[in-house]
Amino acid sequence: MATTTPPTPSAAPVRPATPLPPRRTPTVKAKTAPKDSWRTWPLRDRAGLALCWAAGIFFCLVAASIVLYMLYKGVTQLSLDLLVSSPESSQDQTKSGGILDPILGTLILTTIGIALAAPLGVTVALWLTEYGRPRWLARAVEISVEIIAGTPSIVLAIFGLIVFSQDFLSFLSFEATGGGVFGRSFFIAGAVMSLIALPLVVGATREALQSIPGHVREASYALGKTKAATIRRVLLPAIRPGIATGSVLGMGRIVGDTAIVIVLLGATVQLEAYGDTPVLGTLRGTGSTLTSYVYQNSPAGEGGSPDKAYAAAFVLLLIVLALNFSVDLIAAGGRRSRGGLSDRGKA
Amino acid sequence: MTERTISRSADAAAAAAAEAARAEAPAASEPETLVQPPPPVRRIVVDHAPTIVGPPADGATAPWPHPAHSGPAANGRSTVSNGKAADKAVVPAMERMRCEGVGISYAGKPAVRDVHLPVAQGEVLALIGPSGCGKTTLLRSLNRLTELTDSAERTGAILLDGEDIDTLEVTHLRRRVSMVFQQPNPFPMSVFDNVAYALREQGSRKPSKAELHAEVVDAITRAGLSDEIVANLDHPALRLSGGQQQRLCIARAIATRPEVLLLDEPCSALDPISTTIIEDLILRLREEVAVVIVTHNLQQARRIADRVGFMYLGELVEYGTADQVFEAPVHERTRSYISGAFG
Repeated sequence: MATTTPPTPSAAPVRPATPLPPRRTPTVKAKTAPKDSWRTWPLRDRAGLALCWAAGIFFCLVAASIVLYMLYKGVTQLSLDLLVSSPESSQDQTKSGGILDPILGTLILTTIGIALAAPLGVTVALWLTEYGRPRWLARAVEISVEIIAGTPSIVLAIFGLIVFSQDFLSFLSFEATGGGVFGRSFFIAGAVMSLIALPLVVGATREALQSIPGHVREASYALGKTKAATIRRVLLPAIRPGIATGSVLGMGRIVGDTAIVIVLLGATVQLEAYGDTPVLGTLRGTGSTLTSYVYQNSPAGEGGSPDKAYAAAFVLLLIVLALNFSVDLIAAGGRRSRGGLSDRGKA
Repeated sequence: MTERTISRSADAAAAAAAEAARAEAPAASEPETLVQPPPPVRRIVVDHAPTIVGPPADGATAPWPHPAHSGPAANGRSTVSNGKAADKAVVPAMERMRCEGVGISYAGKPAVRDVHLPVAQGEVLALIGPSGCGKTTLLRSLNRLTELTDSAERTGAILLDGEDIDTLEVTHLRRRVSMVFQQPNPFPMSVFDNVAYALREQGSRKPSKAELHAEVVDAITRAGLSDEIVANLDHPALRLSGGQQQRLCIARAIATRPEVLLLDEPCSALDPISTTIIEDLILRLREEVAVVIVTHNLQQARRIADRVGFMYLGELVEYGTADQVFEAPVHERTRSYISGAFG
């Protein structure tokens, strides 16, 4: 029974041999028709080509000069001591301490922001792609995400300040002397930061979901699975690289944002906890990040410690570059593991 | 779950009986028209004396005799034979599904009109016809996948073992009538998890891997995947070759021991060798499951089908045994399609 014999000729008529298309004879290169070369182009096109080259090279130079200059400044200013000591407020650069608190602030804020943005963004993307009905609501959600993505972060920050200064939200920050809610804390800055990361998470997750062909979902339904089971067991595992990419891009945005830190985190020199509870106190308290540190210590701010601002900027640049690099790694890994789950043959 | 268990044991009994009968007289029911030695198994022998039903005047539209069904457990035992080709040996087959006046339209535009069609276990039913004639739509309606399209509307009745499929819970129906698609589409997980996903309840992770191992290996073996794959079940499914992926999809689809297996051009994305392997597999599978295959490839239909339905512009123009449809088609349309005049 298990022996597989080839189908018999009578039961299976041999496919009629279709004549092969006539083989193309290789064309001999004619001397009169040279290969297309820019030399023969009109002047206007040649100028355009030169402009394209120049633009590409120009941006290489810009990127290289940023990295090299920051590297030079960073290497000369950076020391282990700077990284592990807290900043002090002093106009004298030798006494202004290190950048430990801004580094911690950046890490805390990024963690809070992405912890809120990733689940929310994935949920929004799932609803949009897998449900999306009624259509007007889906369109409204899309537009809302686009509006949030397009709103300058300083506008979001000012808006957040109004919202989070309400009395009933005082548990997120603390009451300032005089009874008003202060409205500035890691919680609040993190919540508003999640808004600037959200569109990136939504976008990357949607793209990943849309790249899964419809027949993969149908294959799951055809096995008697519900939509919920399909999303949990088939779609979510498949879009993990997409979610990771979106989250890392979002983290890059959070790390690089200054306006929200200055308005909603207080941009204090050191982490200032509110109350005695160890973690909660810090999260309800104020602090600063590398971006606000750079802003305040550079000549643009109070200008106290320009050299340390360069060192902090260099650390910031390293973090952002590392995040971008990991996006590439995740995307490459996703392509490898996803293999056949591409868009081809979408049913 | 009780009905599943019962029908499973019934299937097993039928398969065992078939096995025994085959050992005794493998070529007893072979049609004489075959000159070459036939493939090892051409006809299933069931554990019942066949009930021979006279041929309806027009197999495509005449009302089909109802098998006497009392419930799911007793279903599928009655045998129906369409004796359209009088020269052919009567094929005892268990009717599993039946379409009665099925019409499907997308946004009011009809894609399938008034199709009457029986689907029997022990046979391969091939649906052929030019592109856009409604073959795939009809196939997808058999496990209510058409419902995923908002604009689709269906009329008429489809019966599975005598029950109207609209009265069945859709997830239960699809476990009994499963489907394999044109593109191999394993899920992005291991070979084991692909099959185990079909066996487990909805989104749960239970039963555990150890409990499912035997069933998973059984399904993979039945789908004809090689021993290397059985030995390496943690291999990511998407790293398999296209043909292996498609066989894994078949393993996934037959893991729950469905009654009907729907195949939507399962070989159109595969190379000729993989196609041959899948075709052999389909011939073997028809013993345990009723197979409906949609194909654009007439040679393929000729190779594997026992019965053929030719569809054109949404209508089932001709239905009969493969020999009859290919060698002595009744309708002019069928004749010109089969001779390659259009399509």
